[in-house]
Amino acid sequence: MDRADVETRIRSLIAPFNKKGVEIEGATTFAGDLEFDSLTVMDFVAAIEDEFDIIISMNQQAEIENFGQLIDAVQKLQG
Amino acid sequence: MADVTAARGDLFSKFDPLIEMRANLLASGVEDPFSLVMEKVLSPTRAICNGRDTILLGTYNYMGMTFDPDVIQAGKDALDAFGAGTTGSRVLNGTYQGHKECEDALKEFYAMDHAMVFSTGYQANLGIISTIAGKEDYIVLDIDSHASIWDGCALGNAQVVPFKHNDIEAMEKRLKRIPEGAGKLVVLEGVYSMLGDIAPLKEMIAVAKANGAMVLVDEAHSMGFIGPNGRGVAEEQDVLDDVDFVIGTFSKSVGTVGGFCVSNHPKFEVMRLVCRPYVFTASLPPSVVATAATSIRKLMHGGNKRAHLWENSRTLHAGLKALGFQLGTDTPQSAIIAVIMPDLERGAAM
Repeated sequence: MDRADVETRIRSLIAPFNKKGVEIEGATTFAGDLEFDSLTVMDFVAAIEDEFDIIISMNQQAEIENFGQLIDAVQKLQG
Repeated sequence: MADVTAARGDLFSKFDPLIEMRANLLASGVEDPFSLVMEKVLSPTRAICNGRDTILLGTYNYMGMTFDPDVIQAGKDALDAFGAGTTGSRVLNGTYQGHKECEDALKEFYAMDHAMVFSTGYQANLGIISTIAGKEDYIVLDIDSHASIWDGCALGNAQVVPFKHNDIEAMEKRLKRIPEGAGKLVVLEGVYSMLGDIAPLKEMIAVAKANGAMVLVDEAHSMGFIGPNGRGVAEEQDVLDDVDFVIGTFSKSVGTVGGFCVSNHPKFEVMRLVCRPYVFTASLPPSVVATAATSIRKLMHGGNKRAHLWENSRTLHAGLKALGFQLGTDTPQSAIIAVIMPDLERGAAM
């Protein structure tokens, strides 16, 4: 799957969690810009994991702060 | 004072939002819920708190063992015979006869081959989880796990994979996605303390075993109360034989302080050499292990107390429900009856 494809799918998964309709770019952060709390993070990560059939461990999550990093990580995890 | 907190480089600046939240809460006139002092303890269920005679509903002193005469006597005898403390690690000069007797009582209580006593329940989870799950291993755990479990994960080097609370399918999916050949540890609790609900251990442990994982169950809130012999939710659901490690505490039903792990793993004793929160801390005082051992042996025959506590749980649950409170569970599942408050202010006021 190419990067654009991964990006499109992640965008559609973010939508239900993006309550304030924040404009999402590569540098958009989950904790800061999107105001995700820990429970939202868990639900969102679970949605990503199920969509791509991958595991994003907490250790890996700690390295992912923004949208761009998530796309890169998902693409890498898919191998 | 304002100058100090505003100063650049003050490492405490990160706590400012919390300090402000607390100040605002107290300004609203509520009594500080974190400054409660018990001036006198009248019984396991009554104390003078901040000058007021108070019924104790939040102590986890499930079996009332804190004032059991046999337990107290055992502690006094040990204090006289062995002194106030051990001043040493379990692996150096800190293992007394009482520590062995306490571990023997645990082995008998759980009918397991090995028992290891830690200085607190927190350290038991911290030590066992951080030690057995190494760098290439995966820990799969419930998102509502106790802080000591999370801290055990943080102290170790394993990959940490949480799943939605009590969600069997979510747990299974994650287990199946773990790379072939990696070690797997599933961490569950019998009773979860936030809502007082129990885990579907029978189903979850079956799934864990089918996927080649070892299983650790924290039975802190069920010991002495749930299961035919008070061994916990795994015993109640008839799956204790499939649990590799049971973690427990002395600071709830047992009525003192300390923690433990029991296991049938043939190599379990090596933990005493490699588990840092066990090695690098002083062992429990002789009086504490003596009270714990006496209490554990009495809990083996605590059937009446168990029935009484179930009765109290049901009565309290039904009464609060009738008053219109939102509770953590529809029916009482444990001795924790969680009342869910709509916000911080009303929670503190209660």
